[in-house]
Amino acid sequence: MTTIVYVIAYLGIVFFLIAVAARFVFWSKMPMHLRWELYPVAHEGGGRAAYGGSYLEESDWWKKKREVSLLGELKVMVPEILFLVALREHNRKLWTWSFPFHFGLYLVAATTILLLVGAVAGALLPANAAAPINTVIGFVAPWLGGAGLVLGIVGALGLFARRRGRALRDYTAPADLFNLAFFIAAFGVALVTFVGYDRDFSLVSAFVANLVTFNLAPVATGGAAALLLLLSVVLLSLLTAYIPTTHMSHFVGKYFAYHSIRWKDDPNLRGGKEEKVIEELLSRPISWSAPHIGGDGKKTWLDAATEEPEVENK
Amino acid sequence: MKQPDSVKDIAKNPGQPLARIDPLEQIPLPPPFDKLDQEPPYAQLTDEAREKYVVLDDTIAVNIPKPQSKEEEDRLVNGFLAGLERCMSTEDNWAFLQPFEMSMEHCAHCQTCSDACPIYEESGENELYRPIYRSEILRRIYFKYVKKESTKVHGDIDLNWEVVARLIELSYRCNVCRRCAQTCPIGVDNALLSREIRKIASMEMGIVPKELHTDGSVLQLEVGSSTGMTPMIVKDNIEFIDEDTAERTGIEIETPWDVEGADILLIHNAGEIMAWPENPGAFATVFEAAGLSWTMSSEAVAYDGINYGVWYDDVQFARVAVKHAAAAKKLGVKKIVLGECGHAHKALTVIADKILTGDLNIPRESSMVTLRDIIRSGKLKLDPSRNDFPVTLHDPCNLVRLMGIVTPQREIIDAVVPKGRFREMAPHGVDNYCCGGGSGFAIMSGHNFQDWRHHMTGRKKFRQILEAFQDEPMDIEHPKYLCAPCSNCKGQIRDIISYYDAWEKAGIYYGGLVELIVNAMVDAEPGFIDWEWH
Repeated sequence: MTTIVYVIAYLGIVFFLIAVAARFVFWSKMPMHLRWELYPVAHEGGGRAAYGGSYLEESDWWKKKREVSLLGELKVMVPEILFLVALREHNRKLWTWSFPFHFGLYLVAATTILLLVGAVAGALLPANAAAPINTVIGFVAPWLGGAGLVLGIVGALGLFARRRGRALRDYTAPADLFNLAFFIAAFGVALVTFVGYDRDFSLVSAFVANLVTFNLAPVATGGAAALLLLLSVVLLSLLTAYIPTTHMSHFVGKYFAYHSIRWKDDPNLRGGKEEKVIEELLSRPISWSAPHIGGDGKKTWLDAATEEPEVENK
Repeated sequence: MKQPDSVKDIAKNPGQPLARIDPLEQIPLPPPFDKLDQEPPYAQLTDEAREKYVVLDDTIAVNIPKPQSKEEEDRLVNGFLAGLERCMSTEDNWAFLQPFEMSMEHCAHCQTCSDACPIYEESGENELYRPIYRSEILRRIYFKYVKKESTKVHGDIDLNWEVVARLIELSYRCNVCRRCAQTCPIGVDNALLSREIRKIASMEMGIVPKELHTDGSVLQLEVGSSTGMTPMIVKDNIEFIDEDTAERTGIEIETPWDVEGADILLIHNAGEIMAWPENPGAFATVFEAAGLSWTMSSEAVAYDGINYGVWYDDVQFARVAVKHAAAAKKLGVKKIVLGECGHAHKALTVIADKILTGDLNIPRESSMVTLRDIIRSGKLKLDPSRNDFPVTLHDPCNLVRLMGIVTPQREIIDAVVPKGRFREMAPHGVDNYCCGGGSGFAIMSGHNFQDWRHHMTGRKKFRQILEAFQDEPMDIEHPKYLCAPCSNCKGQIRDIISYYDAWEKAGIYYGGLVELIVNAMVDAEPGFIDWEWH
């Protein structure tokens, strides 16, 4: 039984990593698209990002070096990721629940990473070197983890209630409710385990240490503690694997939505590297079949764009 | 107010409107138009139109005839599904595949976009006009009927010809201003999805409002301009404009045509030449006074900067963009400068950027920037006191939110309008509201569509305009200038000012930006802006 739980944990983590990587590959392999940026663009330099300006405000902009500010991007991205600033600005009611949900998730993820660091330190470092690290982690992790679970559950409950409300009900599929219920269940069991049986995170720390060292031994000897711990691990592992298969993988999509679309303002300069890519794209066949296009799978985009129009019936 | 209860309602009540707006229930405008029962009459659709075409709401934009046989019904459904599949193809839709798929996959249905949409707001939050209403229909059709995925995950919807026809109509209830996309916490773009629906209709099914296609991009490609002007006619018209402008300003001008090796190819929206001749006249006056090396092209298509394909069809868009670039290449100019037309700016500068290569890849610049540089150069002697009247600025979405050109126009106004006379709208810049004519609406007026846009798409902007001038006496004795540096925006603004008779009743006049410059030029006779309503 315990061994199966360890296997589920390994599979959950591996599946998550592979699925997230696959999402990254999926979005990054997309063909170059026509520009569709939306201002403000955070990396615009020269103080322009503050009011939504662009390099197109410059005369002869193609002759000038573009001012691109990575710091400007970070100033928008970090608060956005941590505090969901856009949502707070445009939809405060939803943010009230979405923020604790997401921040709780971050705290739980951070706690997991801390436990992994502690486990790796315990496995690789001499005991006297690992001890202070694990002392700190042992102090911090329960607070972070506990707060994360509470915030996550509160946020998920609020979001669930909103989904049942008039404005969102019609736009809510059963899967949306299931997703939130899954979070509530997984975090709920973990919270009960934490509060009831593992206040100092000793059990979960031991489990993670075993996970890192491939020691598939039980960390609790029977009873409710063992059962709840294993149930927590199973639910959290399944949830971890499940997330990237759903639209909850929007944390990957959002990166591309911003960096490949909203903020993608790189100009195609004559003789630049993009021209060859464009020429390849224009050589692709077109199959749109309306009469004014007449795509037949052989005609290319370049053909379609440069052919002289036939007079249509008006 | 009639409205759908559910996304699924799109498949219900055949032949019946899904939504109706009662003008008496709308949010009142600011004074002097604050009495709902004194608003101009709102024309209704005729019974004949309702009988002949698919019905969605109070109006008709696309004129999709009701199918007369099962084969015609199937053709609508199958054509739409085929087009939807092409939208996900790396060959047929490489141009928008990533933005499209992003918006299909990642909507959290949080409704943050709804509050950003002026149409939804002015409709009294009618469900039909909620930004994700049409997006959700598209998504459900896609996931259920194309990808064959579970309706438990993506939601359920029935599919029949009426759903398809209504969805296409519904794609023409969005200005594609992308204000909703700006607020989406994830980056989903409902406006893009409106445009993709339009693309499916046009590029696969051949269904498009005739104002955009037959009378728009097709006419432009065939004759040279959607106005119908041939090269010979446009040169005649510009000659007349030059003469008329010289009479008004006392400054002789002669628009240069087809000057090889000129620095600048200036491309106007030809609508300016027909409807607002003072605008190209003012451009010529300013460019000549500044001593620029510039020209216009009499090559067909190249004297009309419009590119309606940007609203509905990637192929038509590319055809026009290539023609514009080819004319510039032929003349050997250093750059193309776009006149006061927002969508022409975006089409040729931004969207066409990933189409034009090699010697067609000629730099494009906004006239806002060119004019700003002329002002900065000090080559014009300006007297701002000649513009001593209240001025506000309408930001065309294409210039600000979609291109980031925000400050040049303000710098110009600052130089030609006396201190204290200019006031911003709220909000403005990249957070602006669409004029209501965006995505082709300004030129669409079949049936009662014009009245519909006055009450739905243009109402928010009109509200903003009135609010901007509320500290002024609202009568014709106190003329106020609404500066709208975009031809389509001016068309919409002209129509709504006429609809409410806002010139006579509130003294609200409108015009472009370059006209304000000429009006302030010391070397020109005073009174270039004549306050004559036409």
